[in-house]
Amino acid sequence: MADSLLAIEGLSKSFGGLKAVQDVSLAVPAGSLTALIGPNGAGKTTLFALMSGFLTPDSGQVLFDGQDITGRAPHLNARLGMTRTFQIVQPFAAQTVRDNIAVGVHLHLKDRRAALAQAEEVAARVGLTAQLDKPASDLTVAGRKRLELARALATRPRLLLLDEVLAGLNPQEIAEMIPVVRGIMQGGVTVLMIEHVMQAVMNLAQHVWVLAQGQLIAQGSPAEVTAHEKVVEAYLGHGTAARLRAAALASKSEALP
Amino acid sequence: MTGGLRDLVSIAAFVLLVATIPLVTDSGVVLNFVMMALYAALLGQAWNILGGFGGQFSFGHALFFGTGAYLQAMAQLHGGINAWLALALAVAGSAGIGALVGALTFRYGLKGSYFALVTLAFAEVFRILALSVPFTGAGVGLMLPLQESFINMQFGSRKGYLYLVLAFVAAALLVTWWLKNSRFGAYLQAVRDNEDAARAIGVNPFGVKLGAIALSAGFMGAGGAFYVQVFQYIDPGIAYGPAVSVEALVAAIVGGMGTLWGPLLGALVLHLLADVTRNLFGQLPGINMVIYGVVLVLIVMFLPRGIAGLGATVSALWRKRQKESGDRRG
Amino acid sequence: MFDSAILFPSLLNGITTGAVYALIALGLTLIYGVLHIINFAHGAALMVALYAVYLLKQHWGIDPYLALPLVVPGMFALGYALQRLIINRSSHGKDENILLVTLGISIVLENAALLLFKSDTRTIDTAYTLTTVAIGPAMIALPKLVAFAGALVVSALLLWIVGKTDLGRAIRAVAKEKHGAKLMGIDVDHVYAMSFGIGLACLGAAACFLLPAYYVNPQVGSGFVLVAFTVVVLGGMGSFGGALLGGLLIGVVESLGGLYLGESLGQIGIFAIFIAVLLFRPQGLFGARI
Repeated sequence: MADSLLAIEGLSKSFGGLKAVQDVSLAVPAGSLTALIGPNGAGKTTLFALMSGFLTPDSGQVLFDGQDITGRAPHLNARLGMTRTFQIVQPFAAQTVRDNIAVGVHLHLKDRRAALAQAEEVAARVGLTAQLDKPASDLTVAGRKRLELARALATRPRLLLLDEVLAGLNPQEIAEMIPVVRGIMQGGVTVLMIEHVMQAVMNLAQHVWVLAQGQLIAQGSPAEVTAHEKVVEAYLGHGTAARLRAAALASKSEALP
Repeated sequence: MTGGLRDLVSIAAFVLLVATIPLVTDSGVVLNFVMMALYAALLGQAWNILGGFGGQFSFGHALFFGTGAYLQAMAQLHGGINAWLALALAVAGSAGIGALVGALTFRYGLKGSYFALVTLAFAEVFRILALSVPFTGAGVGLMLPLQESFINMQFGSRKGYLYLVLAFVAAALLVTWWLKNSRFGAYLQAVRDNEDAARAIGVNPFGVKLGAIALSAGFMGAGGAFYVQVFQYIDPGIAYGPAVSVEALVAAIVGGMGTLWGPLLGALVLHLLADVTRNLFGQLPGINMVIYGVVLVLIVMFLPRGIAGLGATVSALWRKRQKESGDRRG
Repeated sequence: MFDSAILFPSLLNGITTGAVYALIALGLTLIYGVLHIINFAHGAALMVALYAVYLLKQHWGIDPYLALPLVVPGMFALGYALQRLIINRSSHGKDENILLVTLGISIVLENAALLLFKSDTRTIDTAYTLTTVAIGPAMIALPKLVAFAGALVVSALLLWIVGKTDLGRAIRAVAKEKHGAKLMGIDVDHVYAMSFGIGLACLGAAACFLLPAYYVNPQVGSGFVLVAFTVVVLGGMGSFGGALLGGLLIGVVESLGGLYLGESLGQIGIFAIFIAVLLFRPQGLFGARI
């Protein structure tokens, strides 16, 4: 597709005997906010690693804005405009929040003082202004998630791969983060997020892909996908969809006079 | 005044201060002490670039020291080249060896303990080669003939050598300052603190580490060349043996890795300790190194950020106490 | 050059030395496999053990082989103490600190030895130091033969301890999954210290076997450190079989290398192997965890 910023075709990766990703194809439209969901161990993070260059696929292609970037090193992909965050946050622990973000800014700005100044602006966008001079190790989980986000934003990405940016946050923190993520997309950045927090997926995503055991089993709008039988089974087990339907029918017939 | 500017002023002040020492005293003891402390600081600063800022711990940094030393000696003895030109050669040569070792080890992703071991192995290989090859003088080593003059980089008194090593130390301070205030330095420290995160935001770890090891090696080479000019002698054990490797890393770690003044502090403290010990117990073989080893162990156990990090360690402990009592109250 | 009359004794020499290397490497690989640390002090500890054996002979007339029941537990205690009191307190969450602490310990041990014993090389004289035994066409020193046999026996003992005893089971559990083992009630700190102690105990045994055919001076440790690491890296970190095979291989390489290139340059062969393995096949031959 001409307007898909990221397109992966037939991507596969095995580790020893384990097929982590099997023949996955999807296309992320430019300017969209989309989500990749699926039960644990489905291969979502592996897919991110394949997209961003941390892993090389056994077969298949990764196309960024039409350009083949399969197996290209992550730092080169970052320069092209694709940045990823990590499921388990990876701050530069001993450095301050400002210095952390500045590393991201440096992708487009060589001058140190200018980079530090711009780091402040980025920090403001995610609400970290008060913590700028604190060491990253002093931040709470929510703070570190924001830092991870800020650092990635600082690179001025065209495509942002967010790996479970809401994991480990309490409901209040999640509610605060959702508008931040939406704001990023509204600012022109294409966002693809791996997420377990369904509230966020329903709220934010325009399109959802579902991965289970390394394979794409469904895709569509959030409503379509969560009602999809295969998806329910992937999360809750074989036969659950049928059982849920039967239970729903039973309670409906009870309600009838 | 920004932090960066403040540091530059401190560097200038420090250099001026030390530069006045030879003007106010003729004491051989004092001049020798300052010269040797600065020399140790230089080694520590060199190690600090790769180890403190780059996070790659080399246990065989003597590799670059010895290469610089031998190049300095051989260029003058076998090549008849002027001492100052030889210095340029020594620095370039060691930086080159640094780049080669870096290209090999970083290309294959060696880190942590494995990297430390490989650098040790390389130093040993070179030691054995130097021992076996005639043009390095084999086991006998090389001796530089006495020709005191500025042109020959041989000074009648310690004063000249002091200014020489001070110049090197100043250069190392400026490079270290640059690491703290540049994009390259920011990238290097990012790779040190979290290589994968750095890659994800556009940093090329290989290129950055390669630059660091070349810089680090170049300064060690300068140290080696300096040694040859002062002592007019070099042999495989001195050039590539563990003593130099240990001195470099202990000074940096004790003083505070990844800081501007750490190696200088560390070198000063260690040399003071060595002097005090010598005055108390006399010139016992190995006693210096025992002290270095004990101090290293103690610092790693109790003060891992070194002396320069003392302030940071104390305030971190303080913040932790505050947080804990706040948690209990909240 | 390939005359079997020269080659065979050299091979034999290499194998007997290699068995001792294997024993030294076993301790190192055990420590790595369980604690996941690279013990830079391993060579220095061997030197300490060698001096202990030396002193027991020189001052109390105790034969090195009879000193086994003294030196082995002594080294075990030293290892236990070092790990429990110093190394355990040094990591602060970063592996690099362990590296530095074991380096520091090795510096202290080596130079303390220099201080106490000066740099003289010392050997001991026993009734059998000069006895040789004929194996085929070659004559081999009896102490070397005993070293070979002894190293194999101790290695077998070590494998038995780790494989068949309760302690061994605990060690393997901690090596595989530290947190799980803790949850099962295993005292991880104690297991760590035991493993480190056992690793150094192997050095005690190796020292008793080595000294009759070898010598001791303060620098002896650093000579063994890189060889031990080469063996471990070649065989695979944490692999016992690898350490055994690697030890024998390296012993032979050293012996043949010394034969053809002279003693100094022959050593380069070992380091070249070391560097090559780290670069091209860092998991070694058998790269398995115990």
